[in-house]
Amino acid sequence: MTVLDHDDLLNLIACPHCDALHRVQRPSNGEQAVCRRCHAVLIAPRRRAGMTIIMLSVSVMILVLGALWFPFLTISRSGFHNDASLLDAAFAFSSGPLLPLSLAVLALIVVVPLARVMLIVYVLLPVVFDRAPFPGAREAFRLSEALQPWSMAEVFALGCAVALVKIADLALIGFGPAFWMFAGLVVIIVVQDNFMCRWSIWSSLEPEDEPKFKPTSMTDPEIMNLPSPEAKA
Amino acid sequence: MSGDRHLSALTARDAGLVACRRCTRVWPGHETECGRCGASLASRDDRSLSRVWAWWVVGLICYVPANLYPMLSTRTLLSTSEATIVGGAIELIHHGSIGIAIVILVASVLIPMAKFACIAFLALTVERRTALSATSRQHLYELVEYVGRWSMIDVFVVAILSSLVQLNVAATINPGPASLAFALSVIFTMLSAQAFDSRLIWDGIEEADRPDDLAISAAGRDMAH
Ligand SMILES: [Zn+2]
Ligand SMILES: [Zn+2]
Repeated sequence: MTVLDHDDLLNLIACPHCDALHRVQRPSNGEQAVCRRCHAVLIAPRRRAGMTIIMLSVSVMILVLGALWFPFLTISRSGFHNDASLLDAAFAFSSGPLLPLSLAVLALIVVVPLARVMLIVYVLLPVVFDRAPFPGAREAFRLSEALQPWSMAEVFALGCAVALVKIADLALIGFGPAFWMFAGLVVIIVVQDNFMCRWSIWSSLEPEDEPKFKPTSMTDPEIMNLPSPEAKA
Repeated sequence: MSGDRHLSALTARDAGLVACRRCTRVWPGHETECGRCGASLASRDDRSLSRVWAWWVVGLICYVPANLYPMLSTRTLLSTSEATIVGGAIELIHHGSIGIAIVILVASVLIPMAKFACIAFLALTVERRTALSATSRQHLYELVEYVGRWSMIDVFVVAILSSLVQLNVAATINPGPASLAFALSVIFTMLSAQAFDSRLIWDGIEEADRPDDLAISAAGRDMAH
């Protein structure tokens, strides 16, 4: 059996879900390459994806920071009025033993979403201008990927809606400006995820001394016959 | 699982390689750290299942007090009431808000229970044969991973209500101890699902349905390495 050299390995991609090995075949922009076995999306490049993701990330930053100061719900009952901002909600548990929960809520709805988009901008900014990645870019992207499931701004937005209905007969409730900011956030995060092609980003972060992905001849006969991922429009 | 036969494929492990699950790059089988993204590499995570079960048990333990203790205590001019998750939903039904009661019951009771059941099912069927195809189990796993974070909604509702409804004597709402237990249960269940190495689902069909010649050539390759 021939030993695979470095360039050959660059031409391969293993599905992270089922380990099936494929030959990299970059689909055209807007198309997806999916795993032949489990149909997970492996590569999904989009036109001007880097710039779009950066702009969406900046909007997420503005919306989260803005939403901190404005109330998201207002309430009135029997002459008493109140409104709640994100910080109020995060520190709802700050009395006594529930304090750790306050910190967790603050992390899930403010700190993690903000950190994540800041890391993404740090990673992508040099890439879209065809410069070498900033130092630590690969660690930054790895951290941003690890944070993804813990970024819960959009769950919080739905929570606002549920809370509103839940106490609708207890008092008069209205949406504040921050609620609409969070509603916008839900849409932006979905769109941003759609533009994010992990494979493309990781390939652009390939260390300098490593060759970038380029189609080369394969030497191992078995690897040579590997299927490419299926293309889907 | 003859239905899965067409799904057998040459895997990175069969080819004597190890795949990075974070960035999909492949490396020679002996590498332990991905040279591209720095993630640690393991062809199969041997301790994956024990970590799944460990988080699963802790999550389930936290889920018990989450249901026994009150989530919220509501005080109005006329009355004070403490409501557990299920109690709160029943109260909502009495008030006629059936839609929202269903949202709460689905998000806080049905989904967490289904998640415990699904993770246990996935972990158990890795080592056993099952009627459910690998494709369906993969879909089930993706669903569990996706749905996990949405269970946090009830904790956020408690946070929102407790910060908003502070109307002096007219009405106040305060969080109960169940909110902490519930949040922990959601977090531990998410960690349990994340610890699961979904490649194990597919190894089953490899071993069961691999044509003999392929099995021999893979074994030969293992010896060569
Ligand atoms: Zn796959
Ligand atoms: Zn990697």
